[in-house]
Amino acid sequence: MTINKELVKYLESLGRIELTEEQRTATEKDLQDILTYIDTLNELPTDGVEPLSHSFPVTNVMREDEVAMHNTRDDILQNAPEEKDGCFVVPKTVD
Amino acid sequence: MDILNMTATELGMAIKNGEVTVREALDAYFEKIEKYDGTYHCYNTLCKKEAYRRADEVQKGIDEKTLTSPLAGVPIGIKDNICTKGVKTTCSSKILCNFVPPYNATVIARLEAAGMIVLGKLNMDEFAMGSTTETSATGVTHNPWDINKVPGGSSGGSAAAVSAGLAPVALGSDTGGSIRQPCSFCGVAGLKPTYGAVSRYGLVAYASSLDQIGPVGQTVEDCANMFSVISGKDEKDGTSMVYPEFSAEEALRGDVKGKKIGIPRDYLGDGISEDVKNAILQAAEVFKALGADVEMFDMPIVKYAIPAYYIIACAEACSNLSRYDGIKYGYKSDKALNLRDTYIMSRSEGFGMEVKRRIMLGNFVLSSGYYDAYYQKALKAKKLIQNAFFEAFKQYDMILGPVAPTTAPKIGESLSDPLKMYLGDIYTVMINIAGVPSMSAPCGFDSDGMPIGMQIIGKPFCEAEIMNAAQAFEKATEYHTKKPNLK
Repeated sequence: MTINKELVKYLESLGRIELTEEQRTATEKDLQDILTYIDTLNELPTDGVEPLSHSFPVTNVMREDEVAMHNTRDDILQNAPEEKDGCFVVPKTVD
Repeated sequence: MDILNMTATELGMAIKNGEVTVREALDAYFEKIEKYDGTYHCYNTLCKKEAYRRADEVQKGIDEKTLTSPLAGVPIGIKDNICTKGVKTTCSSKILCNFVPPYNATVIARLEAAGMIVLGKLNMDEFAMGSTTETSATGVTHNPWDINKVPGGSSGGSAAAVSAGLAPVALGSDTGGSIRQPCSFCGVAGLKPTYGAVSRYGLVAYASSLDQIGPVGQTVEDCANMFSVISGKDEKDGTSMVYPEFSAEEALRGDVKGKKIGIPRDYLGDGISEDVKNAILQAAEVFKALGADVEMFDMPIVKYAIPAYYIIACAEACSNLSRYDGIKYGYKSDKALNLRDTYIMSRSEGFGMEVKRRIMLGNFVLSSGYYDAYYQKALKAKKLIQNAFFEAFKQYDMILGPVAPTTAPKIGESLSDPLKMYLGDIYTVMINIAGVPSMSAPCGFDSDGMPIGMQIIGKPFCEAEIMNAAQAFEKATEYHTKKPNLK
């Protein structure tokens, strides 16, 4: 797998981050080194192997639907960078 | 009574017997922290006010015998990615620099219910991403054995604090070695429990399918007592499992006679330092002398562990870290004028470089066109890695190996080459991928006097077995009694 600057920029946009030009150049090299190493995984035969996402078998966990008070609105909003009338403030998004 | 020279279990006993009060224990620790933490930087935040506020109530509970845990009254340090109600929880990241959780993690609720008292929040690699604690936005923690070396990571603050005696016991988290490796570098004991043994509710997520909270202690017994406080099913974490009541006293019999221990040859191959290799081989001799059968076996899949780990961990990280948007909580850039820029600028200014790198790597392996070749491939490798452990456990009761290929590197040596740092995780990441438990304990010193750690890996939910073996080793050796000289 070959990494180029365009791909790095695409990955920045997917992650909603923006690198400086200097960081981008360093990242291109770092990601190239890491992916070249990661590509050794291709040597491992995995035909017919079932992918495993959870270490141990689990099923849906059910509980009674009971009303309880957790984290109230005021508690949650205390951490908001900006808050108004009990709501999170965001920049204007529709003209 | 010399409070600062007691293990957490001894301190708990002294408090229970009325030889030490809860306040005296807090005084001793806060005084030592004040004296030394400026040099070592184990703590991000101290909870002095909150701690003393709880002291009298806890003392009363102990005196009236309503608090009966062996660790009741014992102070504890907490890794800064575990939520503490009303106390800043920053993950050592600028993006959470002002985050004060409105709730306690389940482990915090449990240790407070047992009468333990939080001293403060411990430094770590930013969002637990790193192996040296150098990616912390609050600055590096120094290794108590050599101030010019790293403490390991990501739970570097936890391991260094226990090693330096700035906390009698601590909690860390382990996604790919983040408890065991710093414990190895700092000469203390640590446990990565079975996936699901300890609730993750309130642990700020890095890679949810691999993360586990676990204890860091001066001795195996401290870790065992701590594990009994925090383990067990929690309805707030759907992946937590029913765990039978765990008693440290019952688990630690200190006898490994007749136990079968396997050492993977591939754990002693290329890249391991001679000193570490020799320490592990000597540990094997100790176990033999204690009556265990120790033999080598092949585990060739070891070489695929790091690629599989970094694919899975980064994929989950990029998803988990998408919640930091500069709106609901955490750092917000004041330069942004529209919504898109609020996201991009808050995240670009708030995250450090290692976190950005892993977000990008995660987005890459999940992106259209690469998903099957990378992410699906890694999940298949995960299955094969778990199979390799389960096969080995048909032959052996437990597996012995090094924690890391080397002892602690110098500060500044690792950050310039991320791949080199990742390769240092070779012996630890497999255990998280397989979901099995592993206990790390001191087993020697290198030629520079830096601690070396071994890990004893067990079958799922067999923490008692590996802690028992580690304690048998501890009783037969003196590595755990050596303490660093603080500056």
